[in-house]
Amino acid sequence: MSDAAQTLIPTRTMRDRIFEAVLPPLVALLVSIVAGDLLILAVGQSPGAVYRLMLEGTWGNAYGFGQVLYKATTLTCTGLAVAVGLRAGLFNIGAEGQLAAGGLGAALVGLALPAGAPALVAAPLCMLAALCAGGAVGFVPGVLRAKWGAHEVITTIMLNFIVLAFLSWTMSTQLRVPETLHTSAIHAGALQRLATWLPSFHGSAANASLMIVLIAAILVDQYLFRTRGGFELRAVGLQPDAAENAGISVGRAWIRALTISGALAGLGGINFVLGYEHYYEEGFATGAGFLGIAVALVGRSNPLGVVLAALFFATLSQGGLAINALVPKQMVDALQGVVILAMAASVPEVRRLLASSRKGVR
Amino acid sequence: MTSPLPKSGAPAVRMTGIAKRFGDCQAVRDASLEVMPGEIHALVGENGAGKSTMMRILAGIYPPDAGTIEVFGRDVTGWSAARAIDASVGMVHQHFMLVPTLTITENVILGREPTRGFAIDMGRAQREVAEAAERNGFRMNVRQYVRELSVGEQQRVEILKTLVRGARILILDEPTAVLSPPEVQELWRVLRALRDDGGTIILITHKLDEVTEISDTITVVRAGRSVASFPTAGTSPASIAHAMVGRDVVLPGDARDLRAATSAESAQPAPVLEVRNLVVSGERHARAVDDVSFAIQPNEILGLAGVEGNGQSALIEAIVGLRAAKSGEIRVAGTNVTTLSVSEREARGLAHIPEDRHRRGLVLDYSIADNLILGRQRSYTHRGVLDRERILADARAAIEIADIRPADPMLPARGLSGGNQQKIVIARALARQNFVLVAAQPTRGVDVGAIELIHARLRAARDAGTGILLVSAELSEILALSDRVAVMYGGKIVAIVPRAEASEESLGPLMTGASA
Repeated sequence: MSDAAQTLIPTRTMRDRIFEAVLPPLVALLVSIVAGDLLILAVGQSPGAVYRLMLEGTWGNAYGFGQVLYKATTLTCTGLAVAVGLRAGLFNIGAEGQLAAGGLGAALVGLALPAGAPALVAAPLCMLAALCAGGAVGFVPGVLRAKWGAHEVITTIMLNFIVLAFLSWTMSTQLRVPETLHTSAIHAGALQRLATWLPSFHGSAANASLMIVLIAAILVDQYLFRTRGGFELRAVGLQPDAAENAGISVGRAWIRALTISGALAGLGGINFVLGYEHYYEEGFATGAGFLGIAVALVGRSNPLGVVLAALFFATLSQGGLAINALVPKQMVDALQGVVILAMAASVPEVRRLLASSRKGVR
Repeated sequence: MTSPLPKSGAPAVRMTGIAKRFGDCQAVRDASLEVMPGEIHALVGENGAGKSTMMRILAGIYPPDAGTIEVFGRDVTGWSAARAIDASVGMVHQHFMLVPTLTITENVILGREPTRGFAIDMGRAQREVAEAAERNGFRMNVRQYVRELSVGEQQRVEILKTLVRGARILILDEPTAVLSPPEVQELWRVLRALRDDGGTIILITHKLDEVTEISDTITVVRAGRSVASFPTAGTSPASIAHAMVGRDVVLPGDARDLRAATSAESAQPAPVLEVRNLVVSGERHARAVDDVSFAIQPNEILGLAGVEGNGQSALIEAIVGLRAAKSGEIRVAGTNVTTLSVSEREARGLAHIPEDRHRRGLVLDYSIADNLILGRQRSYTHRGVLDRERILADARAAIEIADIRPADPMLPARGLSGGNQQKIVIARALARQNFVLVAAQPTRGVDVGAIELIHARLRAARDAGTGILLVSAELSEILALSDRVAVMYGGKIVAIVPRAEASEESLGPLMTGASA
């Protein structure tokens, strides 16, 4: 390679990197819109009308938008959880169980605190409980991987069953209000709904968790890209051998990553428990843990991307309710699947295209 | 072995007037070969002389354009590979055709599995393969997976596969090209046993020492013609070389005994690196590093020469802390570091240039700047947060000194040429005054200009007081940089000599275990 060719690299890589970050989600979006059109046409409706209704029901009015924000809050947490795992080279499939554990953790502290405990003390304690409960569930597969090499995909999936079954047992034997699936209302630690400050959000579940989760996303971004811990974590994810050679303990980085991952998923539990219903209910966020995988992939494991992807999937989910009159709700589930597939397919595809075009130029 | 008994007196193989053309290339033009049963016959010649083509014609892979082939007195000219195998001619190619995820037994029976009903009779297969292995003097566990085997062991599986299929004439194409010296000896043992059992072996090679060591008869091929054939006894490497190239050749002289020098180095300044009776377990061999001791003084480069795969990698990994020592002791500047972690050893003044920079040396998707601090990120951290400005400033300075191109600290390392990537690794290792530098293959895959620069930096580090362990597959590099030269063979250090007494001629035999 001549020096002349080397000096071309800077401008090219910058452009390539922007392309590689933005193009896959755009391609995925385009593919899913086309697929969505076909699905809508297949059920005999006009795509234009359905999409209009979908937008009106989500971003078009304060209530719908509030619901989107509420759903996006939980998805951001599980998306961040999966993203942190991926950055360390680990695939955390356990966000579902970690999220539920976080919710129960928050609720237990909220129930244990006396009524009238000052919110500034109670709410942080409940959040801490959610973080710890989720983190504990994440810590286990981290240790299993680091000490015994048990693959985290298997252990996190299995742990979902164990955790959910354990929570269910605890609820049915100890905690739940008879004839219901939920605990009694927490005494302290509840968060304000957005409607308190912005009355037009009235009736929607959006609450102050939104701000806390946004702060969490910013902190995760800072952690990954600004701190030593994040530097080491990403090095382990990209090239474990090189990280080991540099004196970084790969096993410890794995444990740390999965613990943080679990804690982030657990934090998602406050959205329902502290922000919305003020009690823990079995199955309060079923599917949000698994959808976090899609959110992290579409968001390219980038905290800002995760927030945007969470908004996107929340819009799809809420929009599915809005268009229920015209098309079956299952169509939205199908569309979600198409987005994920398109995303997964488009990333290597775009890389390959870029690589071949680069060869053509040289 | 159910092969036709040779007609008395008939040669095992007789090829007469063979010619073969590929496009414009006349690979073989008038070659003849006569191999008697029960001998090891070496087919020697320079690269491209036509040896492999002749053997592929014999094995039925190509038909000849002209000439006749007889096997055990029977005319088989133009036969197919399948018929050659049926008629007990088997060829072991340079590249093995084994399935790594299957066991030895499964590989040997592949395509001709004994069955019971619809199922493979694995018990019978294992018994038969184990019997065949024992009969032919192979030491192997037939239940072992091929992926766990060394190259030499895999080669023996290939040979066994050929034998189980009934081969009485075994053709081996450059069998030692991929083997370490002890594996070569094991191969010779196996081949001699086969010959003594009545087998016929044709060995394609261009290494003269092998020819004189193992063969009974030699046929020399030059430019597609067989030019000479004579018994090995009574010839000299010089006369074979003369026949191969058609003129006289100067061969390297005999090795001097160099080991006397090892003892004379106790009364010196305190060593910066001391390795005492180090034993390291390996994946394939019980002892990848077998009782190794040496010391490096300040201002000294100790070159570690040796054919790759003789324990150098395990030794390096043990010294820098990537692999645990089984026994023995490693001291850096007097401190026992044997049980310390990589970063603890680094903190005590040990730096490392890893041999595989793509896997170990760099995070390819990290920027040049990030790679330059990898391993020293702690010293760039203030309350957990990386000091980006200082990282960038230091990176710019390092890029300037090390002449890393392009000189943009934010570029990912992946986009750089091999030489510039290696400059990053070396700049990082030399960023700080160290007691010891372990430099493994520091110029592998690097262009000539960068090699000069890297050598200059290593010398400068040595002159500044660092003791350097230089591990290189390039003997010329070892000789160019080292103050003393150690030779590693079979997991042991077989010699340590001062630079003045080391030369390619004297080190070569030690590296191949010839005088070990």
